[in-house]
Amino acid sequence: MAQRVSLFVTCIVDQLFPQIGMAMAHVLERLGYQLDFPEGQTCCGQPAFNSGYRQEARIVARHFLDVFEKCEAIVVPSGSCASMAIHHFPDLFAKEPETLARVRALRERIWEFSTFLTAVAGVEDVGARFPDVVTFHDGCHALREMGVKSAPRRLLAQVRGLELREMQPAEECCGFGGTFAVKFGELSGAMARTKVEAILRTGARSVVSLDPSCLMQIRGALSRAGSEVRTLHLAEVLASR
Amino acid sequence: MSAEFQQHIHDTLADGRLQSAVYTSTGRLKEGRSAVVAHDVLPDYQELRTQANAIKKHAIENLDHYLEEFERNVEAHGGRVVWCKDGSEVADFVLELAKERGARLIVKSKSMLTEEIDLNERLERHGLESVETDLGEYIIQLAHERPYHIVAPALHKTREQVADLFTARLHVPHETVIEKQTATARAVLREKFLAADIGISGANFLVADSGAIVLVENEGNARLATSAPKIHIAIAGIEKIVPRAQDLATFLKLLARSATGQLLSVYTSFLSGPRRPDEIDGPEEFYVVLVDNGRTRLLQEREKRQSLYCIRCGACLNACPVYRKIGGHSFPWVYSGPIGAILTPQFLGVQREPALPFASSLCGACAEVCPVKIDIPKALLDLRCEVKKAEMREKQNRLEKLAFRVFAWVMSHPRIYEMAGRMAGSAFPEENAGWLRRVPGLMNFGPMRAWADQRDLPPPPARSFREMWRRR
Amino acid sequence: MPRDAVLHRVRTALGRGAGAPIPDPPPARIRIPEVDLESRIASFRTRIEALAGETCLAPSPEQARAAVAAAVEGKTAVASNAPFLAECGIPGLAGVRSGITDPAELRRQCAAADVGITSADYALADTGTLVMLSSLQEARLVSLLPPAHIAVVPRGRILTGLDELFSLLPRPAEQTSSMVLITGPSRTADIEQILVRGVHGPGRVTVVIV
Repeated sequence: MAQRVSLFVTCIVDQLFPQIGMAMAHVLERLGYQLDFPEGQTCCGQPAFNSGYRQEARIVARHFLDVFEKCEAIVVPSGSCASMAIHHFPDLFAKEPETLARVRALRERIWEFSTFLTAVAGVEDVGARFPDVVTFHDGCHALREMGVKSAPRRLLAQVRGLELREMQPAEECCGFGGTFAVKFGELSGAMARTKVEAILRTGARSVVSLDPSCLMQIRGALSRAGSEVRTLHLAEVLASR
Repeated sequence: MSAEFQQHIHDTLADGRLQSAVYTSTGRLKEGRSAVVAHDVLPDYQELRTQANAIKKHAIENLDHYLEEFERNVEAHGGRVVWCKDGSEVADFVLELAKERGARLIVKSKSMLTEEIDLNERLERHGLESVETDLGEYIIQLAHERPYHIVAPALHKTREQVADLFTARLHVPHETVIEKQTATARAVLREKFLAADIGISGANFLVADSGAIVLVENEGNARLATSAPKIHIAIAGIEKIVPRAQDLATFLKLLARSATGQLLSVYTSFLSGPRRPDEIDGPEEFYVVLVDNGRTRLLQEREKRQSLYCIRCGACLNACPVYRKIGGHSFPWVYSGPIGAILTPQFLGVQREPALPFASSLCGACAEVCPVKIDIPKALLDLRCEVKKAEMREKQNRLEKLAFRVFAWVMSHPRIYEMAGRMAGSAFPEENAGWLRRVPGLMNFGPMRAWADQRDLPPPPARSFREMWRRR
Repeated sequence: MPRDAVLHRVRTALGRGAGAPIPDPPPARIRIPEVDLESRIASFRTRIEALAGETCLAPSPEQARAAVAAAVEGKTAVASNAPFLAECGIPGLAGVRSGITDPAELRRQCAAADVGITSADYALADTGTLVMLSSLQEARLVSLLPPAHIAVVPRGRILTGLDELFSLLPRPAEQTSSMVLITGPSRTADIEQILVRGVHGPGRVTVVIV
């Protein structure tokens, strides 16, 4: 069991949702991990990569490598950002053997938060208490690129007082998609509203997800629709007592 | 983004009736598929996908070999193979043959390739009557439109619209009962089948070891078009080849399930050559037209080759949250949905609609349902890169390029990054009451405005995570 | 010549020389489950009935004849030249035309008949499918033009599924120019996804299992 864990909180958590990062830190500390926050961290480069700017993405990705290369285990409160480093960095450096070797060595040590808890820490019950009806939103990259489906649900199942109601359809995108959300604002907004309808149909009072960016999209649409439903990162639920 | 693309998207999103029609129909198809590929009903589904992908990959990488084998076997059964580089060569062949045989009336079964090359229009310009006989295609032809969906071409039409169309074009009384509309089409088209000189079909598969074409359909129109007229012409893209008849045991299990949630389509025809001496009926002449029309260009690039694995099941359209919102006619070419978003720029060049590969949230639902495992999200990412390279060459969109340069610079300089974050935060009001409906003046530009146009904005926190961490 | 031009472009794109050898294709995937005849019959019936096809079991050829007779009573029918139909005595039924070998005559009769009667070369249990190979005995149009199709099938011809079919007939083209798999009545859902049967092919399919 790795005792030392480095946090990659992602730029969106750092700048917009610091409470998610703090909650993740609480949960990990409670499990006995020593935490480290490499100060040099910024972003994974996904915005540039997804927009077709590979050269710019490589600059950011190289910076990521420099910052995290020495870390034993890196935990990320985002399926999407973890997937960027794990699945897309190799594509990005396909023609640079040396960097590619560094990427390959590092990617084994990068963990999406819920997977880290269930697969590395080996816990499902973190002692959390959260008396509320919640529904869970599968972020697309966590679900389809990382194959994360059961881990967050197993963790939620152990939270005292929590009732999970699955939305239908559960696996449909919220419409965020990075720069897609603003390049195709109207379309992205329509997708978000469909997601919101699915959430509201469950009667849940909170939506939980692994991805801060999905939560930003969903909360933005909920708020615009005048809904009181809250959005929470899984870490925030697990940090509650 | 072209104004046209933007307008189509806007109009479709604004059309409440169309929104619910497309969302409901694709939803049904999607659920139908999920039910028949579920683990308890088809435990070897993933193995079948892997096998289908392996066969397609092998066939495409040895395409010349299998095309020649296919040709030999078609000829051995008394048929003829015709090779065409593009749509005009296809039209020339059909026109020439029609002229020689004195043919006037053609019945057609559904084929995406003939949509690609506008075959009907080309033939009609030369005085031939070419009638689509799949009900959906027939409706679309009467309306002079493109198919809305690869397997459900008239998905966007209501019964009222069909009634109007039939009254206007067929001069029949206005009838909105779908069973009666179908009966009308059956009666009109039955006459055409029995009078037609030539039947044109597409091909779902070309079977190399048999010299056979395979047609998969539910209505029986493809059977009629290939059995009743004296001449059968099958028109297919060169990528449709599979090595052996036995490979169909894999593909047929996947195709109907993925397309419509059926175990098998109602009719699967395996046709090789004209009627034989020991057979009572069938066409007297049998032609297979093998068409390139841009496919060899895709073949050149290893990453693009996999687009040629597509079996046109339409599953990616039904799974796609973007298609389900913007529908088929927002797409600039005959192929819509995720597969259309990669085929269109790959066939016609990224300039045709540079925004197309970007019209995706990269959610990956398409790749998840693709029966031949085409990695559509990866292809979209590659195409996005290609678009940016083209823009650089043309010196377009330089502001965006600059913005991403700045992004990369900021994100590789942590101190600058932290400072920039603080500055951006300070542009927002202090109150921190809740999510913001409007962007404050200074920040109200491009992306921020586009966000706030649809959704509320998170209020910037008093401190960033790193500041909070330092204070712990 | 377009042929050479297309092939040349394919080869150039793939970096292959004309006539260059190819690697072995991945082995075909054929998996035939062990299913006893009674289960195959049961599965076949369930599947086809789920598609609104009808089935009936006829313990003997005479009973098959009676079932067909009841179904075509008061109607006009065309029977194919399948020897098995003759064994059942179906060509002799009132209102049933058979023994047609002239294509034009066959087409006229099929276009006017209420019912087309055929046998089937095989049936597939796991999908409810009839497999029809075109020949002098079985024409294409009998199962296609009339609004109803009755197939009289010996029970031993019910196979498990596609895999077994393609293992028995690895190259169907060696036997016929046309092999058709029929899975239920003709259908469409092209207008508002409302299911309508009998759009171009028969709207009713009945299988008599003998």
